[in-house]
Amino acid sequence: MKLKIALVGNQNCGKTTLFNLLTGSSQHVGNFPGVTVEGKSGTIRQEFIPHDGSDEKHIEAELFDLPGIYSIAPYTPEEIVTRDFLMNEHPDAILNILDATNIERNLYLTLQLEELQIPMVLALNMMDEVVAAGNSIDVMKLQQDMQIDAVPISAVKGDGVSELVNRIIDAAVYKKKPAKIDFCEVGPVHQAIHSMAHLIADHADSRGLPLRYCATCLIEGDDSMVERLGINANEKDILGHITTEMERDAGTDREAAIADMRYAYIAKVTKNSVHRVGDTIEQKRSVKIDNILTHKYFGIPIFLGIMSLIFYLTFGVIGKTLSDWFSMGIDFVTGLADKGLTAYGLNPAFHSLIIDGVFAGVGSVLSFMPTILVLFFFLALLEDTGYMARVAFVMDTALRKIGLSGKSFVPMLIGFGCSVPAIMATRTLSSRRDKKMTIFIIPFMSCSAKLPVYALFASAFFPDKAALVMIFLYLMGFTVAIIAALFLKNTVFTGKPVPFVLELPAYRMPGVRSMALSIKEKAGDFLRKAFTIIFAATIVIWFLRNFDIRLNLVTDTSHSILAVIGTAIAPIFGPLGFNDWRLSTALITGLTAKEAVVSTLAVLTGAGTGAALGAAVASMMSSASALAFLTFTLLYMPCVAAMAVTRREIGKRNAFGAMAFQTITAWIVAFIVYHIALLF
Amino acid sequence: MKLSELMPGQGGCIKVVGGEKALRHHLLDMGLTPGTQITVRKIAPLGDPMELTLRGYELTLRKDDAAMIELADKPDLYACASCSASCPYHSLEKAKK
Repeated sequence: MKLKIALVGNQNCGKTTLFNLLTGSSQHVGNFPGVTVEGKSGTIRQEFIPHDGSDEKHIEAELFDLPGIYSIAPYTPEEIVTRDFLMNEHPDAILNILDATNIERNLYLTLQLEELQIPMVLALNMMDEVVAAGNSIDVMKLQQDMQIDAVPISAVKGDGVSELVNRIIDAAVYKKKPAKIDFCEVGPVHQAIHSMAHLIADHADSRGLPLRYCATCLIEGDDSMVERLGINANEKDILGHITTEMERDAGTDREAAIADMRYAYIAKVTKNSVHRVGDTIEQKRSVKIDNILTHKYFGIPIFLGIMSLIFYLTFGVIGKTLSDWFSMGIDFVTGLADKGLTAYGLNPAFHSLIIDGVFAGVGSVLSFMPTILVLFFFLALLEDTGYMARVAFVMDTALRKIGLSGKSFVPMLIGFGCSVPAIMATRTLSSRRDKKMTIFIIPFMSCSAKLPVYALFASAFFPDKAALVMIFLYLMGFTVAIIAALFLKNTVFTGKPVPFVLELPAYRMPGVRSMALSIKEKAGDFLRKAFTIIFAATIVIWFLRNFDIRLNLVTDTSHSILAVIGTAIAPIFGPLGFNDWRLSTALITGLTAKEAVVSTLAVLTGAGTGAALGAAVASMMSSASALAFLTFTLLYMPCVAAMAVTRREIGKRNAFGAMAFQTITAWIVAFIVYHIALLF
Repeated sequence: MKLSELMPGQGGCIKVVGGEKALRHHLLDMGLTPGTQITVRKIAPLGDPMELTLRGYELTLRKDDAAMIELADKPDLYACASCSASCPYHSLEKAKK
């Protein structure tokens, strides 16, 4: 028997840390049953000691990491996912984790969860911080008032976790449902809930829905519940009466009345069990840190400084060194394979497929991996310490002007390094509209892979003004992103931006284990992509480059299918001033990785590298068309790796939309740049 | 007075939470119920959003959304009509009676 356990809790309560601690390396990403959302689950490894002496020791439990939420009212996508999972999937138990330093607000979700009548255990996390501050929580008293098991733990230190696992499995095996669910004081709200429960008891019963939960949902005005329960017009009428009467007697509206009822009950419970002397050490420290990091004048400069440092370390020092070593390793293995295949006497076509196609293609993408992982290490650090929420706080106003929220800023910045991690980082955005819009404009931030292209053209055409050209391109990418966002905001994504309601958690040292797992997960994600989509794409490009339209192997690329396609599409670039099949072909191969533009030009011109290549390129076009070509390279659709993650994050249709949008924008802007440049 | 009109360091007792349905519900769930004590800790460097302290935690809210939250005027305790049992002023008044 495998038990299903749902891990539910507020944001910033240490849920992920606990999940990592409990499931370790067994976790995997997959579609959650009952809801069409991807999420993580994993097996709890600890052995269970049954309290009745039976020998069911080898119970396995699958833990589902549900999104961090503050309520299960179905308003945000995360809330809907959690609610649907709990109601449709009937987990054997809920593991509700709470931030004990902020127990009052955390218990609100607990009260809602209890109404679902699913066996449940509370994990009071960060109990060590509560104790260190001289505060205390009387766990026995709390258990008594809430009529539910509670275990004090520290997920970061691992304290209390084995006891927690025992209790949760115990609750799941013996189906210990929350005993007390009547949280209302006698009064109008209490009356309304009980009349409502009476009215719908049969409906809820026949559909196997938790009665009390349905009753409160109806009072709060959740219309989906009316349908779900199959309530007829007559009953709906009575239902309306009950709520209006309650609103009149309580002197407030239905939503506020229910929320207030819950918070009033919590106040009663915490008065008995929570003894608070003052803020925790972490909270006091956070105030001091915030005095600097979100300072009125220093806040933004400090943020830009931190980001520059991360970029410098990632793309200048650590990541680059690691990537260089890594590509040396790849080159070495490629060399070995090359020699081995030659010695074996493999058919030259296959030899070329393996070495020039697979090894070169996948290898060039793989060599990015260390850089991306280093970047992700820093980002995980910003996220886990709590700084990311401050970035959103500081930058919100600026982003709001272009129809996004502060939460989109960091993904956009990462885009200057590489679009792949940038697009993956949009997962932290809660609104799907914001996420799509951010992904649409991220590739306009000039990624580091485009640098070799800029370097080649800048030195060939503008040897004295190379730096100026680079700055021009970076600024143009940023400007186009802003204009594109404004355009999208008023056309495709007209929806209202979600309100910006964000908790600022206390600054904390991140858990080493959690960080390591998060990096490992990103690496796995990247590797899977490298060996599926990117692998296929490189083979396709290799094939196009090495065969002619009659499927004969060619020695001269100018006769290949790729050249034919390049020649066919070259006229499209006529208005941009570069009607040369070699340039259009380079743009196609640039889709595998943007540096490939340079290597393709090297092959097609036969000029090799360095100054000779520069001279060859210079003979192909004017400097105005060179600027247009650079502009197009900067803005057109990103490489396959980025497209693959885009597709994964926002689906096939949106991904195609993004590609078309970016390429059309690139053409238009390049056209404008070319014609302005012609004037000089 | 509206929450959005407060300066850093100032606070008050929430009287009415307004706004569009989903946002309002979210705010209520986050503990911004009538009768809750709330303080403005800081305004972001660019003038918006605001950092608030309530129920022992920190929350940020844009001024436009904070304008939907009406505070009770401190001197007039009875203005806080829909005040809950968890409101410090309210319970103080109750005790006096």
